[in-house]
Amino acid sequence: MIQQELKKLVVYAFFLAVLLIPMLGFKSTTFEPGRAFKTLGVFLAILVLNIIVKAVRSRKKEEDLRPKKPWVESIRERIERYPKIYTLGGLLAVAAIFPLFADNYMIDVGITCLIYVCLGLGLNIVVGLCGLLDLGYIAFYAVGAYTYSLLNLTFGLSFWTALPIGIVLGMVAGCIIGYPTLKMRGDYLAIVTLGFGEIVRLVLNNWDSLTAGPNGLFGMKRPALYYPSFGEDGLAWATYYLKSLPSLYYFILIIAILTIIGVRRLDNSRIGRAWIAIREDEVAAELSGVPTTWIKLLAYALGAAFASVAGAFFAAKLSYTNPNFFLFMESCIVLCIVVLGGVGSIPGIVVAAFVLIAAPEVFRGLENYRMLAFGGIMTTMMILKPEGLIPATRSRRELHEDLATKPKD
Amino acid sequence: MVKSQAILELSDIHTYYGNIHALKGVSCSISKGEIACLIGANGAGKSTTLMTIFGVQPATQGEILFKGTPIQKLRPEKVAALGVSQTPEGRQIFPRMSTFENLEMGAFLRKDKAEVQQDLEWVFSLFPRLKDRMKQLGGTLSGGEQQMLAIGRALMSRPELLLLDEPSLGLAPKLVEKIFETILEINKSGVTIFLVEQNAHMALTISGTGYVMETGRIVLSDKAAALLENEEVQKAYLGE
Amino acid sequence: MDLSSFILQQIINAIFLGSIYALIALGYTMVYGIIELINFAHGELFTAGAFIGVIVLTALQQLGWVETHFVLTMIIVFSMAMAYVAVLGVAVEHVAYKPLRTSSRLSALLSALGMSIFLSNGMMLSQGVSDRPYPQVFGVEGIEFMGARISNGQIFIMLLAVALMVSLQLFVHRTRLGKAMRATAQNKVMARILGIDIDQTIRITFMIGPALGAAAGVMVGLHYGAVRFDMGFLFMIKAFAAAILGGIGSIPGAMLGGLIIGGIEVMWAAFLPSAWKDVTTFTVLILVLYLKPSGLLGKGSAEVRV
Repeated sequence: MIQQELKKLVVYAFFLAVLLIPMLGFKSTTFEPGRAFKTLGVFLAILVLNIIVKAVRSRKKEEDLRPKKPWVESIRERIERYPKIYTLGGLLAVAAIFPLFADNYMIDVGITCLIYVCLGLGLNIVVGLCGLLDLGYIAFYAVGAYTYSLLNLTFGLSFWTALPIGIVLGMVAGCIIGYPTLKMRGDYLAIVTLGFGEIVRLVLNNWDSLTAGPNGLFGMKRPALYYPSFGEDGLAWATYYLKSLPSLYYFILIIAILTIIGVRRLDNSRIGRAWIAIREDEVAAELSGVPTTWIKLLAYALGAAFASVAGAFFAAKLSYTNPNFFLFMESCIVLCIVVLGGVGSIPGIVVAAFVLIAAPEVFRGLENYRMLAFGGIMTTMMILKPEGLIPATRSRRELHEDLATKPKD
Repeated sequence: MVKSQAILELSDIHTYYGNIHALKGVSCSISKGEIACLIGANGAGKSTTLMTIFGVQPATQGEILFKGTPIQKLRPEKVAALGVSQTPEGRQIFPRMSTFENLEMGAFLRKDKAEVQQDLEWVFSLFPRLKDRMKQLGGTLSGGEQQMLAIGRALMSRPELLLLDEPSLGLAPKLVEKIFETILEINKSGVTIFLVEQNAHMALTISGTGYVMETGRIVLSDKAAALLENEEVQKAYLGE
Repeated sequence: MDLSSFILQQIINAIFLGSIYALIALGYTMVYGIIELINFAHGELFTAGAFIGVIVLTALQQLGWVETHFVLTMIIVFSMAMAYVAVLGVAVEHVAYKPLRTSSRLSALLSALGMSIFLSNGMMLSQGVSDRPYPQVFGVEGIEFMGARISNGQIFIMLLAVALMVSLQLFVHRTRLGKAMRATAQNKVMARILGIDIDQTIRITFMIGPALGAAAGVMVGLHYGAVRFDMGFLFMIKAFAAAILGGIGSIPGAMLGGLIIGGIEVMWAAFLPSAWKDVTTFTVLILVLYLKPSGLLGKGSAEVRV
């Protein structure tokens, strides 16, 4: 067995050498092997490590035949021993007092993570629950951002007034993008949504008169809270703009919590089950009486709604928006969060959002390798652990039982 | 009964389709040079048996010996290389390749060009209609022609054992007769034939040994002539 | 320039651009035909070809071979780019697609996407963020007729593209391996039963398809003068539109689709504001997928297949 592995290693090493040395060694016109060999070394080290791990495992087999429980499962079981109130309460407490101990930079990172939590959960509705691979999801984020920006700058609408409009527009966009894809499956669906996402971005970029094109829009007011106060003229409404980072942090935290609750509710609702039925077997779902057309559009629309909210907040917080915030890469990042966390898994996605967004900030030196890692993570997760870090196994088990016994809906 | 050497032996074969236990301990033995048939109702597991022999649906348990060599763990490409050929269910013609190209594909593993040419002539003599349709795309042939093409293609590899899955399916009775005549002729040239059929009557008429399969198990095995006379078989499969 | 020669010029440009798109589209269609997966990483394979091309070409230029041994130089540049990407294609298939052959379409798609991101960023990190210029190999000389002109470079590239496409057709229709590829694409199980090693066949497809993309990459680099790590994205989308338009899985379809997409792009840019050129491309793609997903010369079962 070891012999086979070593033979494979030689072949892999050869391939890696052929592929890496030209690309890495010839950045300029002269041959600089340093980087190439270093990278080659890293890859080879990983492969050798893999062999060693396999060898150790195969030797261990005699003694320990029981399949080892994945460590995530054991952590999960430990956590589940405590009543949910404690774990959630604990997390909530940590989240609440976080700004007191963190500097502005970290709070900003926290805010970004929470935004991506909302995005990930929203995309989860489309991809995770309903099984529709939407590669243009970021377009809805853009719709939310630009709706607020334009309404605020042109008409002076406040955040709260513009938000519902943004949500509605987002949902409309969701239906527009969803409609042509209703009969499509898999690959084609992905490409079409990718196309739509890009069209939205390009339109925002090129329609100078409306959106100021690549310059972007700036100067939006932050969200405001209104409270009654006694002034010279008696009782009046005063506005308090959420300008400080901690206040924005709490705001997005509340939004994120509401999103989690919302998605959870959907997950367990009839609609959620319908989505999952479609994901598992669309034809069977159709035959069971699920109105697939409406339900799919609903998935797009609701997913878009969450993204719009996040987008509006994003534009408001930054007081600036720009088409380059909504590149295809961003859709991929959100997708990576969903994949890493576990398609359909709410806790997984929350964790994944934090891991993927905060990690590059924490490990500053790795900034450049961020997207490289995202790509590698997506592929690796699909091959090794497609159900994600924190699999949504429970809902799946529930689901199978449900589908077997549930009466015509 | 003189048992000439067995060319194919299945011992206690179990196969699963996902969670469905399709073959539940199938055993049979086919002698070199004979025609053996496997009859049974739809869904009994007949096609699965052939697929398992070829390794397309690998057996989870049991042993398959071809000329004494175990083949149950071999990939289909390797089984083909040993001298087994199959006309699968539904004919599986390459639709966008011509009749000639389909036949060519049958001889894919062979390197002896002259002999391949000979075999091609032989196939054309068995199925003259194929010669007329030589340049036509496989997908445009009629059902009967496709069946002929499928069998012809399977013969192009000069197999020792030919597995035929429902050659009569969807064909007019006259054509069915012709096909079965041809099967006899092929067998006379030395090819052992294992035939899976719904048309129990025709199958048993030309076969030497017969197997009856029900829900994944072989429930009867005997000389085909005896099975034709068998009352249960007559009632269940011969419509009498 | 009067209208007729203007239009003639556009037609020439359309055929030129179309041939390049056709080469890239062929890579897509071959891979999709055999494993029914959209190779998202194809755009990156195309870019990699362009990079290797510039690396080799620069080296040969320093040796002075561009002047003295022009044809040999071109042969070496193209061969090395295509060989490199053939290796890369096989590697990508082995790592990202083969393990998922029996998994859901979603998994395979996501893996492909991840590979695409990985490769494009890998190239960014190894070759830099900015444009890498191609040495000037063709001058501005060309042929003029009827008021339109084709540059020498365009002639060379178009001839090479046609040669490659003809070779591919010959390979696929006349050689044993080529026919095995077609058979595998049409019916995998039957191909196995006939003794065809489909792992091998798929590997070969992943050598040839990406290699054609690599050739297109070098051509783009030679013509437009530079290569960038992210140029694959747009070309990929357009080539994909071409492949679908012509009928995914059909080799003549990819060629036809390439010409049509090239034509649309050139005609649009000629008469309408070119800033919106890419929006048009995406729109065309969506329209094709929505209205006629089986394409013009398609197998007709694309909807069922997908």
